[in-house]
Amino acid sequence: MNTWRYRRQALFLWMCRALTLLALIILGSLILHIAKEGVSTLSLDFLHRFPSRFPHKAGLKSALYGTLWIMCLTALIAVPFGIATAIYLEEYSTKNRFSRWIQINITNLAGIPSIVYGLLGLTVFVRYLNMGQSLWAGALTLSLLVLPIIVIASQEAIRAVPNPIREAGYALGAHPWQVILCQVVPAALPGIMTGVILALSRAIGESAPLIMIGALSYVAFVPEGPGDAFTVLPVQIFNWASRPQVSFHAIAASGIIVLLCVLFTMNLIAVLIRHKFQRYK
Amino acid sequence: MNQEAPILKTEGLKISYGSTPAINGISIEIRPNRVTAVIGPSGCGKSTLLRTFNRMNDFIPNIKTEGQVWFRGQNMFHPKVDPVNIRKHVGMVFQRPNPFPKSIYKNITWGPTIHSYAGNLDELVEKSLKRAALWDEVKSRLHDSAFDLSGGQQQRLCIARTIAMNPDVILMDEPCSALDPKATARIEDLIGELRSRYTIVIVTHNMQQAARISDETLFLYEGNLIESGKTKALFTNPTKQQTEDYITGRFG
Ligand SMILES: Nc1ncnc2c1ncn2[C@@H]1O[C@H](COP(=O)(O)OP(=O)(O)O)[C@@H](O)[C@H]1O
Ligand SMILES: [Mg+2]
Repeated sequence: MNTWRYRRQALFLWMCRALTLLALIILGSLILHIAKEGVSTLSLDFLHRFPSRFPHKAGLKSALYGTLWIMCLTALIAVPFGIATAIYLEEYSTKNRFSRWIQINITNLAGIPSIVYGLLGLTVFVRYLNMGQSLWAGALTLSLLVLPIIVIASQEAIRAVPNPIREAGYALGAHPWQVILCQVVPAALPGIMTGVILALSRAIGESAPLIMIGALSYVAFVPEGPGDAFTVLPVQIFNWASRPQVSFHAIAASGIIVLLCVLFTMNLIAVLIRHKFQRYK
Repeated sequence: MNQEAPILKTEGLKISYGSTPAINGISIEIRPNRVTAVIGPSGCGKSTLLRTFNRMNDFIPNIKTEGQVWFRGQNMFHPKVDPVNIRKHVGMVFQRPNPFPKSIYKNITWGPTIHSYAGNLDELVEKSLKRAALWDEVKSRLHDSAFDLSGGQQQRLCIARTIAMNPDVILMDEPCSALDPKATARIEDLIGELRSRYTIVIVTHNMQQAARISDETLFLYEGNLIESGKTKALFTNPTKQQTEDYITGRFG
């Protein structure tokens, strides 16, 4: 009987390993395929050129700047709202029907397809608020998209701060806002930052909502302010990849490599932050 | 009886969690510059009683407090009294050491800083750590994380942090229950040194500890005050059968 149980465990373990390996192989072959196709056209110059109708002259400059702008603006909008909402829900709101209702809605919002946010952005920001196809409209749309993710990650980080820390603060005669601002939030910050970075890396990989609000794919200038039109990496890649000429597919692959590098760097930063603060946990 | 004015006093104090009573009408007086021990079997309401003295029970939803509590002659539950103000004068050390996830130095300075302490912070840190008998062990690493300290050192840091606020009363809720015997002995010595400056109310389930370190003892049982008085008298000559049974270890 014991050997049977042991075998069952071993079988399960091997099944998990096999499935993990399969996933890795698929991922690896995709990356390999992209690398093979895109590495030859990848160069520093490629990052410095504007898009062009000739593939050998086209570059990512406007998309890189656009992504940078979008990322900063989205962070600027979504991070304060997200953290404040999480603080309110975890530290201030009494647990009643209303707060449970809000909680359920936030969780649901995190699961809504991004195209729906694109439609919302198009209706509200682009048309109704007359922002046009500007960085503002894009950043606001993406902020809506990542807000639930930031709220949920921050809530988890705040909830993980042990209660005795709050008690210690109160016992020293601190006001609740002092305990929250000076003890709870700093203790939760690594978790919050990790959530923020992961949410932002989700945002910069999104193309659907930005295409929906009409982000351009041919932008031959660098945006100079949040009111300017823009394009971003995934939109530019999408545009190149959907052209008939094969040589555009190659630079699309190069664009994907750049996007992957950006994403990888951001995830690395998230891991480093978590690692650096781990000893305080 | 002693004629000295009590620093803390309760009259007909009744506390219940929802509809479950925890304290059933307790009237006590706690005198300044003594160590008062609160003993009794677990669940008898020791922590609940202690946490009324700095109004930490305010954070528990559904708790109901009736009766009167005075701190230095002032009604602690008067609507005009700000509990934050009370906690500046009545400090608390918890069962498990709970330093902030910050440096040793910042653990001590945070309380005074938020109350806009005007003096020299370095001196305050040194003074508080010396009083908590921790200075020599940490003076070379004040800016290291408080989490690098041992459990006993962390608890002394928590005492130092409380002392830095210059409180009148220090409440301690089983401060040694998470510590080994050696660390416990150090804390007990420390309490002996602190009694001249502060009023200490300590909850303990360890009767030898109560007998060793306290001047007065309150014995609680199922939310009632059974007996109180000088520790020596209470331990050598208890007047109630329940007290005798408890201190001789027949129950609890
Ligand atoms: N937060 C709480 N909610 C409900 N009941 C509680 C709470 N804290 C304590 N109690 C109950 O109140 C009684 C007294 O608890 P406590 O004061 O913690 O006792 P002691 O510290 O002497 O062990 C116990 O019966 C306990 O179950
Ligand atoms: Mg207790």
